[in-house]
Amino acid sequence: MNKLTKLFVTFISAITLALVSFSSSFAKVEGDYIVLGSAISLTGKYSSNGVHTQNGYNMAVERINKMGGVEVQGKKYKFEIIYYDDESNPKRAAQLAERLIKQDGVHYMLGPYSSGLTKAIAPVTEKYKIPMVEANGASRSLFTKGYKYLFAVLSPANQYLEVAIDLAVEKNGGKGVKIAQAFEQDAFSQDVRLGILDAAKRTGSEIIIDDKLPKELNDMAATLAKVKAVKPDVLVVSGHTKGALTAIRQISEMKVDVPMLAMTHCDAAKLSKQHGKKSEFALCASQWHKNLSYKDKFFGTGKKYAKDFQKEFGYDPPYQSAESSAALLVFKDAFERANSFDRDAVRDALVDTEMQTFYGNIKFGPGGQNVAKPMILFQVRCKGDDCENRVVAPTKWASDKFYHPIPKWSERS
Amino acid sequence: MDFLIFKVPMLMVQASLDGILLGILFALIAYGMALQWGVMNIINIAQGDLVILGGYIAYTMYLAGIHPAWGVIVSPIIMYFVGWYLYKLVINKVVDRDLFISILATFGIAIVMQQLMNFIFGADVVVAQSEYGTTMLFDNSVTLPNSKIFSAVVSILYAIALVFYMKKSKLGRAIRATAQNARAAKILGVDTEKVYAATFGINAALCGIAGALIAITLTLHPYVGLPYTVRSFMIVIVAGLGNLPAVALSGMGLGVFEEFADYILGTEFRIGAVFLLLVFILVYRRFKLAKKREYLK
Repeated sequence: MNKLTKLFVTFISAITLALVSFSSSFAKVEGDYIVLGSAISLTGKYSSNGVHTQNGYNMAVERINKMGGVEVQGKKYKFEIIYYDDESNPKRAAQLAERLIKQDGVHYMLGPYSSGLTKAIAPVTEKYKIPMVEANGASRSLFTKGYKYLFAVLSPANQYLEVAIDLAVEKNGGKGVKIAQAFEQDAFSQDVRLGILDAAKRTGSEIIIDDKLPKELNDMAATLAKVKAVKPDVLVVSGHTKGALTAIRQISEMKVDVPMLAMTHCDAAKLSKQHGKKSEFALCASQWHKNLSYKDKFFGTGKKYAKDFQKEFGYDPPYQSAESSAALLVFKDAFERANSFDRDAVRDALVDTEMQTFYGNIKFGPGGQNVAKPMILFQVRCKGDDCENRVVAPTKWASDKFYHPIPKWSERS
Repeated sequence: MDFLIFKVPMLMVQASLDGILLGILFALIAYGMALQWGVMNIINIAQGDLVILGGYIAYTMYLAGIHPAWGVIVSPIIMYFVGWYLYKLVINKVVDRDLFISILATFGIAIVMQQLMNFIFGADVVVAQSEYGTTMLFDNSVTLPNSKIFSAVVSILYAIALVFYMKKSKLGRAIRATAQNARAAKILGVDTEKVYAATFGINAALCGIAGALIAITLTLHPYVGLPYTVRSFMIVIVAGLGNLPAVALSGMGLGVFEEFADYILGTEFRIGAVFLLLVFILVYRRFKLAKKREYLK
């Protein structure tokens, strides 16, 4: 190679390099599309909730695009999402976030499913100053690290079951209650536990059993035998769907009588599909229920959302889908208020978010958590083996009276 | 640390009974592992995943409206062939190799099986309802789900049947001969290749039975196989190969140990305690072996 060719090659590569970096820095908006990125669990242990999340995102993208899209500086843009499958693996999720940002040039992110994966991705988005609106990471520790680019539309995990303790105390005539609790050892459940500890302190309640459940757990007979022996006023269980299903199975088999059973991840449809009427009277913490009276102009009310979702995907939307859809409404609102694609302008607009969606009011606290929406509590009520969620707290939306105490197994048919 | 169990003596009865019933089930899985370990010198990391697959077979029957207890008959039949094909596909290539290679190969099988089960049956936790009710003892202070009693009884019946089969049948004799000395057996006309395939099939069938029982007593999930592998490994290490009464005893022992660990150390250390025990036993055995070697010098 002579000198001239060398020079030429160097020149060409320099230009190519420059072009690549140049184009990627503008890849956030391609033509009429605003490109969002998300690593999501389509395979692995979170795949069912990962798919609910994705369906929620897709439903909102389609709806917003159909209703005119996002207007920035007088021009209409549409949303588009690049998805990667993180295999329910935090390391993979962090790699994919890096890839979305550096290779695909994504400048705005949507969250993955679960607190654990959100925790893995947040440091990456923070490093590159990429605003991320997430809908499925509720762990309190996400909001205490001082992240500036993380926004969560959901209530933090410590609030999940506090309401249940308040309810138990109320039923006990305002006096403290005896609490038995079993929590899985993952970020989310441990935060729920912290919430219970706070509530117990606040109400003067006593925690008499405090078990931690391992991840591989499918047998909690020991905890339940203890519960039988010490007779608490309320039993609290949090260990994702697995914990809820194991608890119901063994409580009914061991005939454990507790006046009140409060859990997370215990959607009536899922529980009754596996356990029928045995799941009745369980109290479940939820981010959302379709009967709440919030509304927005894209999806209308929760009921309308549920109907449309059912039509599109063939099942009743779990709250994981609803909150995911809400994340896109937040992004749209922020883009329009920022009236710019500058990351920091969008981020500042996100900070000032104050809006109502069909999913609830959204306003971000200093840590990025949603402070405007309370958790709700529903009770599983059954007719035969057909069960549904009935909202019992907070009283504003309660459609049903809270059934307390749970009848003894010997009295249940 | 929680000493509630010592204050309420009924809990001890509960823990022991729970442990024994569960331990019998573990022993069945461990026996399968001991069998193929002894015959083929393979440590099967996918043991627990075979169990879970067996459970999903019973669950599928349950979904189709058949009582899941029939799974203890259907599941082993299907699993026998699964095991047989697995042998033909992968295991026969590693059977005469280093133990390490077999661990790697079966580890690979375990991952593939987990992902496939996740793909086919979904990541949700599932259970099959037996509706067997509950036995109450001592004025309702000790409760035993009948499904657990059922699973222990079925495990014992199958174990007895297997012992007889190994003693009396032609294949059983061939398997034992191969375990003692594969080369000699080959020279004397035993088709060791077939024996290996059958052994792996029988092991998978045992896992199938255990899986069906787990579907009706505990819960199923594509990723909970590993604890079963560890437990059976542990039982085999304690009991040694080819010693069924010892396997049964150490299975029950492990079950009771686990329950007590659960009550005293807390549920979070339940599986951890099993691992810890495994470490102790391995160290102890090594210590004993080292002594023996010295003596031989």
